[in-house]
Amino acid sequence: MKEKLVMIGNGMAGMRTIEELLKIAPDMYDITVFGDEPYGNYNRILLSPVLAGEKTIDDIMLNTMDWYEENNIKLHAGKRVNEINRIARTVISEDGTVEEYDRLLIATGSKPFIIPVPGHDKDGVIAFRDINDVDIMLDATKNHKHATVIGGGLLGLEAANGMMQHGMKVTVVHLVDTLMERQMDSVSGKMLKNSLQEKGMDFRMEAQTAEITGNGRVSGIKFADGTSIETDLVVMAVGIRPNIELAQKAGLHCERGIVVNDTLQTYDPRIYSVGECVQHRGDTYGLVAPLFEMVKVCANHLAQMGIGLYEGSVTSTKLKVTGIDLFSAGDFIGDESTEEMVMQDATSGLYKKLVLKDNKLIGAVLYGDTKEGAWYFQLMRSGQDISDMRDKLLFGESHLGDSGHGGDHILTMSDDTEICGCNGVCKGDIVQAITSEGLFTLDEVRAHTKASASCGSCTGLVEQILESTLGSDYETPEAKPICQCTDHTHEEVREAIRERKLTSINDVRRSLNWKTQDGCPACRMSLNYYVQSAWHNEAQDDPQSRFINERAHANIQKDGRYSVIPRMWGGMTTPDELRAIANVAEKYEIKDVHLTGGQRIGLYGVEKEVLPKIWKDLNDAGMVSGHAYGKAMRTVKTCVGKQWCRFGTQDSTALGIKLEELTWASWMPHKFKLAVSGCPRNCAEATIKDFGVVCVDSGYELHIGGNGGIKVRATDLLCNVATEEVMEYCGAFIQYYREDAHYLERTAPWVERIGFSQIEDMIVKNEEKRKYYNKRFLEAQKISQVDPWKERATGGVAPHEFASIKVVSL
Amino acid sequence: MSNWIEVGQLEEIPKQGSRVIKTNDFNIAVFRTVNDEVFAVKDACPHKQGQLSQGIVHDKKVTCPLHNWTISLESGEALGPDEGCTNVFMAKVESGLVLIDLG
Ligand SMILES: Cc1cc2nc3c(=O)[nH]c(=O)nc-3n(C[C@H](O)[C@H](O)[C@H](O)COP(=O)(O)OP(=O)(O)OC[C@H]3O[C@@H](n4cnc5c(N)ncnc54)[C@H](O)[C@@H]3O)c2cc1C
Ligand code: SF4
Ligand code: SF4
Ligand code: FES
Repeated sequence: MKEKLVMIGNGMAGMRTIEELLKIAPDMYDITVFGDEPYGNYNRILLSPVLAGEKTIDDIMLNTMDWYEENNIKLHAGKRVNEINRIARTVISEDGTVEEYDRLLIATGSKPFIIPVPGHDKDGVIAFRDINDVDIMLDATKNHKHATVIGGGLLGLEAANGMMQHGMKVTVVHLVDTLMERQMDSVSGKMLKNSLQEKGMDFRMEAQTAEITGNGRVSGIKFADGTSIETDLVVMAVGIRPNIELAQKAGLHCERGIVVNDTLQTYDPRIYSVGECVQHRGDTYGLVAPLFEMVKVCANHLAQMGIGLYEGSVTSTKLKVTGIDLFSAGDFIGDESTEEMVMQDATSGLYKKLVLKDNKLIGAVLYGDTKEGAWYFQLMRSGQDISDMRDKLLFGESHLGDSGHGGDHILTMSDDTEICGCNGVCKGDIVQAITSEGLFTLDEVRAHTKASASCGSCTGLVEQILESTLGSDYETPEAKPICQCTDHTHEEVREAIRERKLTSINDVRRSLNWKTQDGCPACRMSLNYYVQSAWHNEAQDDPQSRFINERAHANIQKDGRYSVIPRMWGGMTTPDELRAIANVAEKYEIKDVHLTGGQRIGLYGVEKEVLPKIWKDLNDAGMVSGHAYGKAMRTVKTCVGKQWCRFGTQDSTALGIKLEELTWASWMPHKFKLAVSGCPRNCAEATIKDFGVVCVDSGYELHIGGNGGIKVRATDLLCNVATEEVMEYCGAFIQYYREDAHYLERTAPWVERIGFSQIEDMIVKNEEKRKYYNKRFLEAQKISQVDPWKERATGGVAPHEFASIKVVSL
Repeated sequence: MSNWIEVGQLEEIPKQGSRVIKTNDFNIAVFRTVNDEVFAVKDACPHKQGQLSQGIVHDKKVTCPLHNWTISLESGEALGPDEGCTNVFMAKVESGLVLIDLG
């Protein structure tokens, strides 16, 4: 018999828990849901656009009645639960329906607070919480003229704006002199008020409501100072209170909300609670992003999987009033211990305030231009040290160079702008998928549109589109799990591999309770790399967890044939090598011979079976694999330097060859390129390489973190060295990158993520660390530097890879 | 009508891997999962004919090397939001020998 799970409160947090649970443990429970609203589950956040006439109720449905049926969930829609019997383990609804539970989930959300002034119970006094409230407001816009909203917070202003869109005269009554004072400081609050006034909204600031007047139906409001106004409708939007009545009645411990622990259990461990009704570590929440974080943990716990804990959230706010852009997050007021950065341009209506503490961003208010909001929010949540970018912080990420998210243009971009070059997905497709499929996360967008599912360089843009389409409903993921097979992040997994000495993928999966038996391509490739980079002496390589290119030691082309690119050390070659390549090309009827960007020669259009034969011929001429197919060290590009060039200061070619001899055949988180230029004219383009050397009279400038790919990034200058210490720095830098970066993270985004000063500290300032990393690199290279072509051409490794198992004629 | 042919020993196919059977006009990919089940599908991805035999095998699925579609080995159908299907052949193991039905 399956256990019975009953959920009370058919709303956003509760249903999200059920959905997550169905994803990871579809057959674990018989599920019953009670909701006192007579519908399926809808996106409450989007009630504001519905009120403003920008969306319909159908648009915002998340789970239709049919959905419950298809998923075998018993839904009691329109039934209010008024009793939980914890001894008999039953819940009882108003109409007498009784359901038994083994586990219970309370997700009753919150209740709007109604100020108990005289007249608050008159007809025409409502809140703004559900579809019913929206219906009443829409009705009023047809039959009445003047509405008043009490409360100038987020919700109140969205309600006021919505009714105004239908031609109503709307007055907003607010107790203090700043609108949205919980999210805005006084400057931005004033700017907001001005723009809303321009749109036609009326305000009564610092006004205290004393009485709601009228004969049966409301007709006016009296204030404490004796003045009054006329109105046909009053919307109270002065705050919410966690809906804890039911839990309290059942004897569960409640304070402001239902008190839960880090696994979202109440004081009765059979009873869980999530959503706005919850109080966790003293905090209650009123936005969905933190609720969805709770939900994840709760679903995992219900599925008896994972060891996730909910540890609280930082939240951010955006106002969903078309034409007004504001963003706020964290502690934006500050105190003596904090510093402020402010930028204000009253004429163009721009305001930005950042609050810093100990070189970390702890709060932000943006008005007029919020495109950097996501980035600031990310900085706040990751607690990154911002000293490196201090001078540019206020201008935003787009001023840091274009290798990060680089996204000032999302809002102005037209729908047919291509976002994902790999899969040909345009902005319009993504927005469409988000709205029509009800997507919330990057993974969902990936699954549905394939945007950012391949090379990933457009991830930042996709995240921004999510942000701008969903408003603050989108949670900026702080620490993303590796993939859907686990809740663990890259960092957590690497730490476990080091500390528990896990040397194979299977060990990792077992030790960290993977949710799938043999993983998915994403985690398999990452884990295979991680175990090897941590335990190069002992780790087991798993060829089946490598992408085909690294299994076949050649690049698969779109027609299923392969390319062959032998190494040319430091870009130098000889007549013998060229002859051997020419012979191979003729002998095997190679279709195309091409000069690559990394100073080598590529042979294209090779059948897989032929690969070992070609390799044999090339080996015989002294050539080895160029690893042009791997997440590996690719090439060292050089110029001819002092040897031939009149500007040359050092022998750049010889240094390039030495570097290539040092680094060839090393596996990396992603591809890795080097270059050596003989002088600052930089003909070898060393400043867009992962590790670049520019020779100068006094020695060598070492550069790191460059990229010439989809997003160009120039290197950071790491340091100058006088002699051939270049080798030690190079080895140490590579090893640090190999042990710290996420799989598939190139040096450019990695440097930006962890900060240049971190790398400088490790590699330049700390000699001991430098020597340590270099030593580890050399040890690993000793094992790794075997020509994979030779092993397969004549060494008998993996013959099955290159032959068919059988030929049949039909 | 069934037409079972012998393909080879189970050991000749790597666990979580695949080998190719060549016929006159198309190739068939035979897969061995982590639990030693075998499956055979036409070696052509429903997306753009990528060679599924070169993909990564996980669970009873394979992920195509060209653009990452994931195909069910049981049904030959693309999983997730993608749509398309490749031919499936019955496959079985009998005393260590892999057989497929060319129908
Ligand atoms: C107009 C509006 C705009 C918003 N905008 C944003 C925004 O931009 N960004 C953001 O992050 N958040 C926003 N929010 C807040 C967001 O909607 C809530 O945080 C979220 O819906 C809370 O989810 P929940 O599941 O805790 O509660 P709810 O979604 O309220 O679900 C609780 C459900 O339980 C039902 N219920 C209660 N008691 C019982 C009972 N005894 N028996 C049966 N059923 C019961 C309720 O009727 C309700 O349907 C907005 C809210 C509103 C109203
Ligand atoms: S980088 Fe300098 S040394 Fe090298 S080829 Fe160019 S000009 Fe000459
Ligand atoms: S070789 Fe590189 S740049 Fe050229 S099409 Fe392929 S991915 Fe794009
Ligand atoms: S050909 Fe298989 S995913 Fe494109």
